Amino acid sequence: MENQLLSIITFLPLVAALILALFMRGDDAAARQGAKWLALFTTSATFVISLFILFRFDPSNTGFQFVEERQWILGLTYKMGVDGISILFVMLTTFLMPITIYSCWGVETRVKEYMIAFLVLETLMLGVFCALDLVLFYLFFEAGLIPMFLIIGIWGGKDRIYAAFKFFLYTFLGSVLMLVAMIAMYLDAGTTDIVKLLAHDFGHETFSVLGFQVVGGLQTMLFLAFFASFAVKMPMWPVHTWLPDAHVQAPTAGSVVLAAILLKMGGYGFLRFSLPMFPVGSDVMAPLVLWMSAIAIVYTSLVALAQTDMKKLIAYSSVAHMGYVTMGIFAANQQGVDGAIFQMLSHGFISGALFLCVGVIYDRMHTREIDAYGGLVNRMPAYALVFMFFTMANVGLPGTSGFVGEFLTLMGIFQVNTWVAAVATSGVILSAAYALWLYRRVVFGDLIKEALKSITDMDRREKAIFAPLIAMTLILGVYPSLVTDIIGPSVAALVTDYHAALPADGAELAMH
Amino acid sequence: MATIILFAPLIGALICGFGWRLIGEKAGQVITTAMVFLAAALSWYIFLTFDGETQQIVLMRWIESGTLGSEWAIRLDRLTAIMLVVVNSVSALVHLYSFGYMAHDENWGEHEPYRARFFAYLSFFTFAMLMLVTSDNLVQMFFGWEGVGVASYLLIGFYYRKPSANAAAIKAFVVNRVGDFGFALGIFALYYLTDSIRFDDVFAAAPALAETNLTFLWADWNAANLIGVLLFIGAMGKSAQLILHTWLPDAMEGPTPVSALIHAATMVTAGVFLVCRMSPLYEYAPEASAFITVLGATTAFFAATVGLVQNDIKRVIAYSTCSQLGYMFVAAGVGVYSVAMFHLFTHAFFKAMLFLGAGSVITATHHEQDMRNYGGLRKKIPLTFWAMMIGTLAITGVGIPLTHYGFAGFLSKDAVIESAWVGSSYAFWLLVVAACMTSFYSWRLMFMTFYGESRAHANGHGHDDHHGAVHDAHGHDDHHHEPHESPMVMLIPLGVLALGAVFSGMLWYKVFFGEEAAVRDWFGMEAAAHGDAHGETAADHGTEAATEAHSETAATETTPAEGTVVDTEAAPAEGTAVATEAAPAEPVATEAAPAEDHAAVEPAAEGHAPGVAPKGAILMLPFTPEEQAVVDTRLDAEKAAKAEHAPTTMINAAHVVPSWVKVSPFIAMLIGFAIAWLFYIKDPSLPRRLAVQQRPLYLFLLNKWYFDELYDVIFVRPAKWLGNFLWKKGDGNVIDGSLNGVAMGVIPMLTRLAGRAQSGYLFHYAFAMVLGIVALVTWMTLFGGAK
Repeated sequence: MENQLLSIITFLPLVAALILALFMRGDDAAARQGAKWLALFTTSATFVISLFILFRFDPSNTGFQFVEERQWILGLTYKMGVDGISILFVMLTTFLMPITIYSCWGVETRVKEYMIAFLVLETLMLGVFCALDLVLFYLFFEAGLIPMFLIIGIWGGKDRIYAAFKFFLYTFLGSVLMLVAMIAMYLDAGTTDIVKLLAHDFGHETFSVLGFQVVGGLQTMLFLAFFASFAVKMPMWPVHTWLPDAHVQAPTAGSVVLAAILLKMGGYGFLRFSLPMFPVGSDVMAPLVLWMSAIAIVYTSLVALAQTDMKKLIAYSSVAHMGYVTMGIFAANQQGVDGAIFQMLSHGFISGALFLCVGVIYDRMHTREIDAYGGLVNRMPAYALVFMFFTMANVGLPGTSGFVGEFLTLMGIFQVNTWVAAVATSGVILSAAYALWLYRRVVFGDLIKEALKSITDMDRREKAIFAPLIAMTLILGVYPSLVTDIIGPSVAALVTDYHAALPADGAELAMH
Repeated sequence: MATIILFAPLIGALICGFGWRLIGEKAGQVITTAMVFLAAALSWYIFLTFDGETQQIVLMRWIESGTLGSEWAIRLDRLTAIMLVVVNSVSALVHLYSFGYMAHDENWGEHEPYRARFFAYLSFFTFAMLMLVTSDNLVQMFFGWEGVGVASYLLIGFYYRKPSANAAAIKAFVVNRVGDFGFALGIFALYYLTDSIRFDDVFAAAPALAETNLTFLWADWNAANLIGVLLFIGAMGKSAQLILHTWLPDAMEGPTPVSALIHAATMVTAGVFLVCRMSPLYEYAPEASAFITVLGATTAFFAATVGLVQNDIKRVIAYSTCSQLGYMFVAAGVGVYSVAMFHLFTHAFFKAMLFLGAGSVITATHHEQDMRNYGGLRKKIPLTFWAMMIGTLAITGVGIPLTHYGFAGFLSKDAVIESAWVGSSYAFWLLVVAACMTSFYSWRLMFMTFYGESRAHANGHGHDDHHGAVHDAHGHDDHHHEPHESPMVMLIPLGVLALGAVFSGMLWYKVFFGEEAAVRDWFGMEAAAHGDAHGETAADHGTEAATEAHSETAATETTPAEGTVVDTEAAPAEGTAVATEAAPAEPVATEAAPAEDHAAVEPAAEGHAPGVAPKGAILMLPFTPEEQAVVDTRLDAEKAAKAEHAPTTMINAAHVVPSWVKVSPFIAMLIGFAIAWLFYIKDPSLPRRLAVQQRPLYLFLLNKWYFDELYDVIFVRPAKWLGNFLWKKGDGNVIDGSLNGVAMGVIPMLTRLAGRAQSGYLFHYAFAMVLGIVALVTWMTLFGGAK
């Protein structure tokens, strides 16, 4: 039983989706309500079971736990398991899904399909974080695109088709390269088992392709192929432009899942594949990645300053925050990687909450234009408080989870490259500027606009949605050891192995 | 007990902030105030009974990652004790005062609740400030640092309907973040080099840092100096020092009690506190310290010049604050941290009082802040007048020259100026000139507000204040109010602070700037390195010193815990080779030292054993031989010879400066007073004539040296422009247009295809996608299986 827990949480939502698809008939109010309740119940149950997994998880064991392995069709292996790095992503997903579902209580179009899309999406996301087989991972990773594509394309805004295709093409093109790399890995190692691949030594002798010297050899090539996929998913500058468009068009719940969970797949991929499997390749490419991250932080923060659409602003801010993540990962030391994981989790709560904040007023006014608002505090004090809290968390105020991630990643990078550290640290100034300016324009000021005069404060359901997010942001901000205790040993092992795998002249390689 | 002090304000803030709907606004106000008064009472108890031994109380784990460890912890030493008293006393009085000040506020409607929010913010601020001053590591300090920033942001923007208040709030936060940028980099560098961010570890490593180089950005730097400067950038932001000072005057948008608490007495002094807290580091960072001295002195001067011409009563006091903070930094920069804390301590009382007094004036005149519309208020609000008078006497430094009797500012400011003379003549002269200007603008404020004829009517503000005169026939005035004295709840805090402004200097002179032994004892430092050692250092190479050093090294070995005492004494004499090597004291190394030529000895003699944090709240090392040579030329030789202790430390040296140096601030104060009297009592038309005559200079000062305009041009606008440019051109044209042009070319086509179709088409499409993936995987499996 214990060894099937991961499969249970992964496929429970899928089962519910199937029930909805096959047995739920009609589109009257009762049916809609039923679909919502079923989805909420299922995702909550998933969360409860995942909590059980978390309690049984042994952080001091740096290997994979709850491993389940069985033969599947076509000679494929079905293998699932979690370690200190992936367990919390699983938790993040199961924690956020009930909140997401509860947040779309007001949706009235194609409710059943909407719920199915989210349930399937949960299965696929959990699959990504649990899969221990290359093919399985790829399946989950790619298939995750489909429900998201549909969520944007069907329930999205005016330009949803454009945004959906942009989202799809960007992420899919990156994945094609990854697929090629996976085949190459299989040919080289003779297995698709991730555990075995982690132990496999991929070649890193320099060779030349078309006259180009490829330092780090095969590892660098593989790294680049994976990088294409993960960098788009993160998204990293300069392949980030799909994200603001996707966010703007996506429905609120879609944005929440996209920002809070889907973006984390890229970071998880770096930690699961790039760093441990291709250490030499990572080391060769790290300076480039670090600079891309630093540029991302400053560039997108500046762009955020110029936004007139609330969702776009938050989307750009997400890209900036993901810059801290990639920076921390490729600093490749304990603080950097700890910080990167922490930042991803924290960003899951904070950006999710921020998109929900936009959703609250979008539901009332049906616009995301910043200029359409102003003075909301006069009629919406509870909303003002919640929005202020998450604005400050987004800015990385100590005491909220946002600070810990930023602080640790910057601490990590400072030990590697002070230039990148200085540039990235300047992001804290810009983030304060754009976030507070947004808040001021939307919430502060006098309430003059006629349309806003009758706007109502958050209702009970909306408050209930934010409560757990506020709690997590605070708890992790005040007592981050909850997270670092779990990830610490696995990260330590990862970092140690990474540095052990580098050849003695690794430092020189990086110079080229 | 410290834990109660720390959390009482937080509990008050939470109950008041979230519970006022249940318990009512009034109850909320009472609870917060009671909590802070409790904290204040306990703080005084700790302050008066504290024995100087550093205590640490660990509350909970905080950020941990690899070797990085930090806890929520309380560090209780003399510095903390002083700050606890300052923060909680002023906060408690401000809470009380706010009952009256915030009772009626025309910014809010009849039934709008705002008082509970205000009190909750005040208490939250107090909590954050306490976290800052009680922290035992740099990250927790950073928590408090940013926490007070948020509280300040919320309170400056308290009148959230006013665009100017919102703008000022954001400005305060963002400018502070620029400082935090430096602070954070300083923390990173410290961790990188010392593998810890706990104060004890960092202090222990300080001597080694002075010998280390760190590659940071484009160059190699001396680690101690670099870190010192980075941390000081943080202090510059919080304490509104030049370059990062622009937010403080704007912060006066907040309610006046806030200005008194946050922007005068407590938060803005956090920078000074930081430098004093890190004194074990700054003692080994001479260049960073010199930078602090220069910047502090320049700020003191700059802010005073701007203060000369401002007309808004709160802005005058704000620039005055900025200037006084410069004084504190000079004291810290030249190495008398106790004096910096002394001025911080006394300044908290008289500056809070000036602000609260100004608030009382503002209430009396119905929210009029322009001093040009005051005048003649002495008779109408006599109690406020006397309070302000005491504050002015304190800030201008009135006392009996060459004695220790005077108002608080007299003792502390003169202590700063005397120390400045020993440390830096640049700082000394700027501070003396600034003292003159301080006196001028303070008296100008008094004269314009309380003396002369009332100008309220003349300026058409409609506050009728002609005694018994017939009311304005035009009747455009809706409220014919006399200026009225404030209620007791506002006057009591003024009275209490007045006590502080009068007596705090005299009472605590001894322990901040008296006999060195008393200061050291009070701050829990090791006994001093005394003059006897010095005489030998400069001239003597005798065996006496060598043997002495030798025997002391032995002592170090036998009692490592007490090594500090011994080394401090030995330091000036021989400046052991140990310091250079930054290794634990080994007998061999030390024995070798006396054999070497003393002239070649490293100046970075350790004041404590390497690897052990120095005892006490602050560290004040004796002069190095080079410094001593310079210092000796600046002292009054006769006095120095007669002095009980040779001037080998800053405090001792500052006591034997020439008499004219000691008297100079007093004379500067008299000159300032005389000019103010001439300008505003004797010949009130003079200022205007002068302003016309010296128009460019006047405008330059009135516009605060054009810092705001400059920053707008070089930072704010370019940032907005760049943001827009990167968005439209970078993201739009370059990235979407070319880099991903291939992919993007396909999208419009697909969009057109899909646009025609029903959304059901999407399902088919998705299905096809799944099939595609399955096919790919199958192919791959079969292909792989063949191998």
